[in-house]
Amino acid sequence: MQNFKKSILYFFVLSLFFLLFYSLSFAEATEVAQQVNSSSSLPWWFWPLSLFIFTFILGILAVLAGVGGGVLYVPLVSSFFPFHIDFVRGAGLFVALTGALAAGPGLLRQGFADLRLTIPLALIASTCAIIGALVGLKLPSNIVQILLGATIIFIVIIMATAKRAEFPEVKKPDALSQALHISGIFYDPSIGKEVEWKIHRTPLGLGLFIFIGLIAGLFGLGAGWANVPVLNLVLGAPIKVAVATSKFLLSITDTSAAWVYLNSGAVIPMMVVPSVIGIMLGSIVGVKILAITKPRIVKWIVIIVLGFAGLRALLKGLGIWG
Amino acid sequence: MTENKYVKEEQIGYANLLDIGMKIGLAVLGITFIIYLLGFLPNQIPINELPNLWKLNVHDFLEKTGLPTGWGWFKNINKGDYLNYIPIAFLGGLTILCYIRVLPIFMKKKDTAYTILTLLEILILVLAAGGIFKVGH
Repeated sequence: MQNFKKSILYFFVLSLFFLLFYSLSFAEATEVAQQVNSSSSLPWWFWPLSLFIFTFILGILAVLAGVGGGVLYVPLVSSFFPFHIDFVRGAGLFVALTGALAAGPGLLRQGFADLRLTIPLALIASTCAIIGALVGLKLPSNIVQILLGATIIFIVIIMATAKRAEFPEVKKPDALSQALHISGIFYDPSIGKEVEWKIHRTPLGLGLFIFIGLIAGLFGLGAGWANVPVLNLVLGAPIKVAVATSKFLLSITDTSAAWVYLNSGAVIPMMVVPSVIGIMLGSIVGVKILAITKPRIVKWIVIIVLGFAGLRALLKGLGIWG
Repeated sequence: MTENKYVKEEQIGYANLLDIGMKIGLAVLGITFIIYLLGFLPNQIPINELPNLWKLNVHDFLEKTGLPTGWGWFKNINKGDYLNYIPIAFLGGLTILCYIRVLPIFMKKKDTAYTILTLLEILILVLAAGGIFKVGH
């Protein structure tokens, strides 16, 4: 069994390096395709098929690294595929949206995601995501690339350094959360007992969701990387409630921004469908692998790959690379 | 899957509708994409032209293809590529349906704050879906 786990670990380290290599090869292929007129150099099906394989691997890695697929999708696909960033953001929103919609029912029924906690936060985030999407589609591509690169590097720093509190101490819930009756009880199988939770600092949390919504709409990113720390460390929700509510919240935040991209003509089915199917199948395989082993190294390699994609987006925007 | 006995009625109602809607949406997405790939219906944009088009920004893409924005695609759902927008729009609209599902529960409970918040969210999402917020090209 030990050897089997080791083999799985080696397999994933290898596939991560494969992803990095694949990404670099794609960067070259993309540049060549752009220089020589892509329609004549490669058949039309090459890129959707590559996108499907790429997102399938992303889906596995996202689960193993404990990050959302959306945050990996936009920087990596916009860096290493020939698609314009407008369409990558449109597809990225549908990738994050469908992942969140699929996870929602289970998380809500088990009581890990909380509807009462979600509704006020979602109203702010989804409204601001519309503003972000409208601004994002108006900005020149190089400015979007620069901002995306800087944001991804910031996300990488958060991912590498953010702390998590399993059960944050909330001495006294604030007046707003009490008025809205935001609290709950869930059964935590890891400790074998029911956990009662409540939140504090609700006005501050609501304010931070303005920023989160803007970023989600602007870049077409799922915003789990920001939702979780705010829910857990600022509002004081237990980590399981924070992670689940964050995932569910994305289904609402990304819906509003996704409509702006769809209505503005920035959604191409040939990109969206292979990406959605690829990442969902990858996530299913990832969950099965996660049950066998949880290689911590995967998270760090994903952080490095994401940092590399962020740097490339930044340099691409500045006209230095690509 | 263990259902939490403390989960409120509105949350279960939301989850049940989301579950059914998600399954229908994904199944239809798969079917329409197969129809598109196999060429059962004519396409608005020739499939082998796509590599020349997806590298353009959305403004140039629309200018070159003459594709409509907003719900304009709906008039052409007899085309293979446009057919895919049906499940895409359905998945985009699923959250609105789930909010509409929980609204009467909040009203029945006389939960004024959540009735207002739910109504506002429905309004925002309906406006977004209706094409009020879009970038003109």
